[in-house]
Amino acid sequence: MSVDRHEINVTVNGTLYRRSVESRLLLSDFLRHDLLLAGTHVGCEHGVCGACTVIVDGAAVRSCLMFAAQTDGRSITTVEGLAPDQDHMHPLQESMRDCHGLQCGYCTPGILMTMKAFLEETPDPDEAQIREALSGNLCRCTGYQHIVEAMQLAAQRLRGSST
Amino acid sequence: MKPAPFRYVAARSLEQALALKAELGDEARFLAGGQSLVPTMNFRLTQPTMLIDINPLDELAGIRNGSDTLRIGALTRYRSLERDPMTAVKLPLIAEALPVIAHPQIRNRGTIGGNLAHADPASEMPAIVLTLGGRLHAQSVRGERWIEARDFFVGALTTALESDEMLTEVELPAAAADSGACFLELSRRRGDFAIIGVACMVRLDAQGECIEARIGLCNAADGPVYANEASSSLVGKKLGEGEIAEAAALVQGAIDPGGSIHASKDYQRHIAGVLTARALTTANKRACRER
Repeated sequence: MSVDRHEINVTVNGTLYRRSVESRLLLSDFLRHDLLLAGTHVGCEHGVCGACTVIVDGAAVRSCLMFAAQTDGRSITTVEGLAPDQDHMHPLQESMRDCHGLQCGYCTPGILMTMKAFLEETPDPDEAQIREALSGNLCRCTGYQHIVEAMQLAAQRLRGSST
Repeated sequence: MKPAPFRYVAARSLEQALALKAELGDEARFLAGGQSLVPTMNFRLTQPTMLIDINPLDELAGIRNGSDTLRIGALTRYRSLERDPMTAVKLPLIAEALPVIAHPQIRNRGTIGGNLAHADPASEMPAIVLTLGGRLHAQSVRGERWIEARDFFVGALTTALESDEMLTEVELPAAAADSGACFLELSRRRGDFAIIGVACMVRLDAQGECIEARIGLCNAADGPVYANEASSSLVGKKLGEGEIAEAAALVQGAIDPGGSIHASKDYQRHIAGVLTARALTTANKRACRER
């Protein structure tokens, strides 16, 4: 069988990319290997761990369960698109640092993208809602206490910045 | 951990998608949310020659309101069901189950049609559709037909769909005013597959006697289970502790759980009894409140 390829135009972190992709190329591998955006991590590759979570047209999704060919015309945000510029971090990132919400850091990009979408929809969450939102992201280092605290702080900071 | 090569076609119309499926049969798979299919492809347990991506077919998504039924398009994502306030009113069983169906990121993509056509015995939605006595609409180049839920789920990962058919819609009865429902499941972690899940619906008359009861389970056999004997045992009775315990015992006798390293068959059977009793008690209370 000859290689089945598709032309896609996809916007990632505000930049439009035109690429030819093989049908079976996962979105996670497209981001990492074709666009060299290796901030999106690959853990389990079957939708369990959440490390590869990115935002596609506003919704947090597993990038290992989508094909790059499906993203033609779509807009994607990865962890590289979070910080406003080189010198400043996003409030989510700042809060993770301040609360010691990361240890090895492997799960962190997925958690940040999950929580970015979550906090946009739920700006004033309680702890139970945060834990539910985090349920699809596995961290095997710290446990979740500091991550939950970081998200409470981030929500507070994001509410402050929007008023 | 990477899928085997395949041809990808983004469907331009339902007719085109059905024509391709008719041509290729089991070699081709429809791609809806991909949250069950793509993991099996990543493991190379599934190696279709072609993926027909039906995501562009907007007409397959959305909820249509009938007088006493709802028709849900196969491509309706779980997230939109979760966000629709009508779900809690008309489909309370589904509203209660949605938060424990996988995780938010999965529900952003996952579709009701893909979930039902995948027919995982541990999955919540097949058990709920079976419990509610829903029916499923299939289309192919040959025509269309409705399939009753009890005939649709044939076994583990197996449905009554022919190789050229697409599941396009599911029809469910809207909750009656005199009804109460409850969905409960036990899983090791939030969002994991259920060790056992129980869906219950009861309807009560003005005297508080049960006029209809329906009990279904997931992960309790090689397909979703409707506990017929337990359900009919409740009709004509007030649902006290004794009646509920009796129905729970009948449920335990009716299931055939597979067991796993995390939960033995005996443990699953025990949990099925406990959850059935709790779910029936709650459903009964909710129905009383409705009255």
